[in-house]
Amino acid sequence: MSETSDPKVHLTRSHVRALYQEMLRIRRFEEKCAELYTQEKIRGFLHLYIGEEAIAVGVMQALQPLDAVVATYREHGHALARGIEMGRVMAEMLGRQDGCSRGHGGSMHIFDAATRFYGGNAIVGGGLPLAVGLALADRMQGRPQVTVCFFGEGAVAEGEFHESMNLAALWQLPVLFVCENNLYAMGTALAISESETDIHRKAESYRMPAAAVDGMDVVAVETAARRAVEAIRGGAGPVFLECRTYRFRAHSMFDAQLYRSKDEIEAWKAKCPIEHLRAWALQAGSLHAEDLTAVEADVLAELDAAVAFAEASPWEPVERLLADVMTPEAPS
Amino acid sequence: MGIFRMPSLGADMEAGTLVEWLKQPGDRVKRGDLIAVVETQKGAIEIEVFEPGTVAELLLPVGATVPVGTAMASIREDGAVAVAPAPDAAAMKEERPTAAATMPAPQLQVPPPPSQGIKASPAARKFAEEHDINLASVPGSGPDGAIVFVDVEAAWQRQGGAAATTAAARTGAKGDGAPVDGMRAAIAAAMARSKREIPHYYLGQTVDVTIAADWLAQRNADRKPEERAVFGALLLKAIGLSLKKYPEFNGSFADGRFAASAAIHLGMAIALRGGGLIAPAIHDAADLPLDQLMIRLRDLTNRVRAGRFRSSELADATITLTSLGERGVDWVQPIIYPPQVAIVGAGTPTVRPWIVDGVPVARQLCDLTLAADHRVSDGHRGALFLRAIEALLQNPEAL
Amino acid sequence: MSGTSAGGAEITYRDAVREALREVLQQDPRTFLMGEDVGRYGGCYAVSKGLLDEFGPERIRDTPLSEAGFVGAGIGAALGGMRPIVEVMTVNFSMLCLDQILNTAATIRHMSGGQFSVPLVIRMATGAGRQLAAQHSHSLENWYAHIPGIRVVAPATVTDARFMLRTALLDPDPVLIFEHVMLYNMTGSLDPAADPVDIDRAAVRRPGRDVTLITYGGSLWKTLVAATELAGQGIEAEVIDLRSLRPLDDATITASVRRTRRAVIVDEGWRSGSLAAEISARIVEQCFWSLDAPVGRVCSAEVPIPYPKHLEDAALPQTPAIVAAARSVVGR
Repeated sequence: MSETSDPKVHLTRSHVRALYQEMLRIRRFEEKCAELYTQEKIRGFLHLYIGEEAIAVGVMQALQPLDAVVATYREHGHALARGIEMGRVMAEMLGRQDGCSRGHGGSMHIFDAATRFYGGNAIVGGGLPLAVGLALADRMQGRPQVTVCFFGEGAVAEGEFHESMNLAALWQLPVLFVCENNLYAMGTALAISESETDIHRKAESYRMPAAAVDGMDVVAVETAARRAVEAIRGGAGPVFLECRTYRFRAHSMFDAQLYRSKDEIEAWKAKCPIEHLRAWALQAGSLHAEDLTAVEADVLAELDAAVAFAEASPWEPVERLLADVMTPEAPS
Repeated sequence: MGIFRMPSLGADMEAGTLVEWLKQPGDRVKRGDLIAVVETQKGAIEIEVFEPGTVAELLLPVGATVPVGTAMASIREDGAVAVAPAPDAAAMKEERPTAAATMPAPQLQVPPPPSQGIKASPAARKFAEEHDINLASVPGSGPDGAIVFVDVEAAWQRQGGAAATTAAARTGAKGDGAPVDGMRAAIAAAMARSKREIPHYYLGQTVDVTIAADWLAQRNADRKPEERAVFGALLLKAIGLSLKKYPEFNGSFADGRFAASAAIHLGMAIALRGGGLIAPAIHDAADLPLDQLMIRLRDLTNRVRAGRFRSSELADATITLTSLGERGVDWVQPIIYPPQVAIVGAGTPTVRPWIVDGVPVARQLCDLTLAADHRVSDGHRGALFLRAIEALLQNPEAL
Repeated sequence: MSGTSAGGAEITYRDAVREALREVLQQDPRTFLMGEDVGRYGGCYAVSKGLLDEFGPERIRDTPLSEAGFVGAGIGAALGGMRPIVEVMTVNFSMLCLDQILNTAATIRHMSGGQFSVPLVIRMATGAGRQLAAQHSHSLENWYAHIPGIRVVAPATVTDARFMLRTALLDPDPVLIFEHVMLYNMTGSLDPAADPVDIDRAAVRRPGRDVTLITYGGSLWKTLVAATELAGQGIEAEVIDLRSLRPLDDATITASVRRTRRAVIVDEGWRSGSLAAEISARIVEQCFWSLDAPVGRVCSAEVPIPYPKHLEDAALPQTPAIVAAARSVVGR
């Protein structure tokens, strides 16, 4: 995570390596999740982000530690890129006590107070008003923070999307809306669910600065996000980024993908953001083959440790079943 | 040796049908390679393998439908030797805590209704069960003539509350918190309070009641049984008259001070047949002629044992007499009934040796005891009070 | 109608709510009022009239007709350190933000493993009686009382209207306050000893020994009139004002019913699946062996509330029905 609010991307060797490593962490983490799912160690819904890693990683580069993040049920990548420890995220996947939400939430409900990570919201569109409110609180308290809200293109059909767009623009709130347009709302293609398929134009109708970005290019995403965050922090009101992307895997685990063709999937896989960055970096000399090997080894070591940590973590005792329904402290 | 098993792709997937092998024995596989196509209720899904190595053996024929977890193929790690796999589905299942293992199942304890075929409320049924009351004999005053709580309570009082203590002892305290045995609880509360709050002192005096007994026998000889007087009536009268001279034993102690009572309402402890006791008062006992007093005493005893007494009779005694009657013991060390300040105990009158003028003779004797509240009176006055009662009993015709 | 209690100043329910708002807005800079027409219009029921001039448009914040948007924003603002008071004009419109209340406000604490509390107050008007017909006369507070993770209160007296708000704002979890529309014009005396008030105990508004009448909100006054009438017929009714609909104060209810051995619940909600049904079940669970009669219920007829006065009256719990129900369980 960058400590500056520099609107420019500086592609130093270390930064390129960091971008590559962050995306690879998400990829390997989620591949492991798929494996653990087939072994029934992870249950419930499991929505994988594979193919879309450039968006979370690119946007997080633009954030400060006190900025807030609101994400969806496809949020493992955002959690990892935001800096939540991989072991705690994996423990949450397994429903263990050391999970970042004590295992109460699982895959879809990752929360972390330390990084101001507000979910893990699994009602499509439900997180957008939350982001508006977080930004309103920052504004009313004179804090210079930005709230980033991730959501899929499926959410734009919901009333909560339009209400939130209007409120944020009307009140000029410091929100960066990041639409991860992966073309399918579960199995429903954008073209058969929206009259206007250029999503960012919906935001423009609320007089919000909006742009479409290549969501398979981490540098492009980071560049757009840095500019947007800089503008928002400068008081320009909300900004909207439509990141065009594709999920390589099924919507959730149990999905025969009857709604899209193998050719289409293969065509998008050819644009894999990780491969894309690797090829570019090798060609540009930013990274060498031994760097790639070292990154892979680092990531696998971190992943092994995370799985070991999660599997060793105890289950939440049943006695705590009701413990976090209401706040236990008496009103002060 | 790795085993490739029918994967679980969702909580609602229980089994899959093998449609096609995408790899054959001898093929190298790496993590993420597609190895098979499986038909599920959601359609055909390409399945990936997570174990790198070489496919050793395909264990499942195309077309087979197997549960999640079933071994489908063996995969030899590079350099390893093939070993036959265990084809069970359970091997990969790990132990998870279950709610049942750690939490006791919630239990609803519902005692069965004690009577069938009678329209009675739950409160009435519970009270009847605990007090041995036959609901069939109780008239109902509730909705549609149903028997409700007060109906059973009244029936119990008519029976003298006789079953109270024994039934309570049998059933114990249970249910949802309604009183199990009101009388036992009331006695417990009053006596505990008395012993907790009242500094008792005790005095005793053996009284020669031969004259009184002889006078009574003579008086009763030519009367019908219902007109005869008992020793208790004499005693009540003697106590009542003595109290006029010793008012510090007649009244109540409350809020840190003693209030003497102008009226003398003598409480008479009456044991109930089934256990327990109550002490209703005979109002203005000192001023009643003996015959009147006797009528009142007999009436009260009968009514108490039938469960028909007025609540005012229970509430306003100013002192109590506890008399053990004819089948009792020699003496009693009684406990004051708050907020009263004294209680007189009378043992069973018996014929014992007694020294009169230096000569042992057989006399009818009765041990009188006094327990009194030391906050109100002292032993000297208590002794004079007992002596006054004794003196009056020596002259029964004046009573 | 009069909500008089001994001593204290006479005040309308409306003014009591306004004074409560003014007080918390003056005392805590984190508080603000947000909702439809709360500012320039002065509030649909004139509750917030004059507050805009006193506190300005940032803190008396008019919103567009976006219930999901601004309730969600209230949740976000609460997470961001504010103490928002969100006014949903009436419970009828709260269906549009039910998702935010149920799926976000009530769940975040639990699904974040206790990391985030939502100190939010939502006020809504509820109830029928003004001939507003089928879509504007609902009493749906029991739907909210069904939800773990929130508190639901219903002030029935001017004292509770005046003082419950501050207690609710001190609560770290979401509190929903239901104000019955028929109470706003009611005048009563403030109980000078009532500050601060609790928001989790029921109150015995009239002692009695023969039957317990359990009610809340707008029905309290009809029930008290019924109790007076019953007294004239020799039946002493105890009247319990629930005040808190979630959690329910079982102790006060059961203590009374064990004593009177009879209960009637008066609830303006529809009978099926009503709060009255819940209370009835609890009485049977906890007081069965103390009962002398089946538990009675006086609820609204199972019909969308009609427009004509005589039909609306017939649909709602009224004093004669309460008297009749009490007499029937007493058996007189």
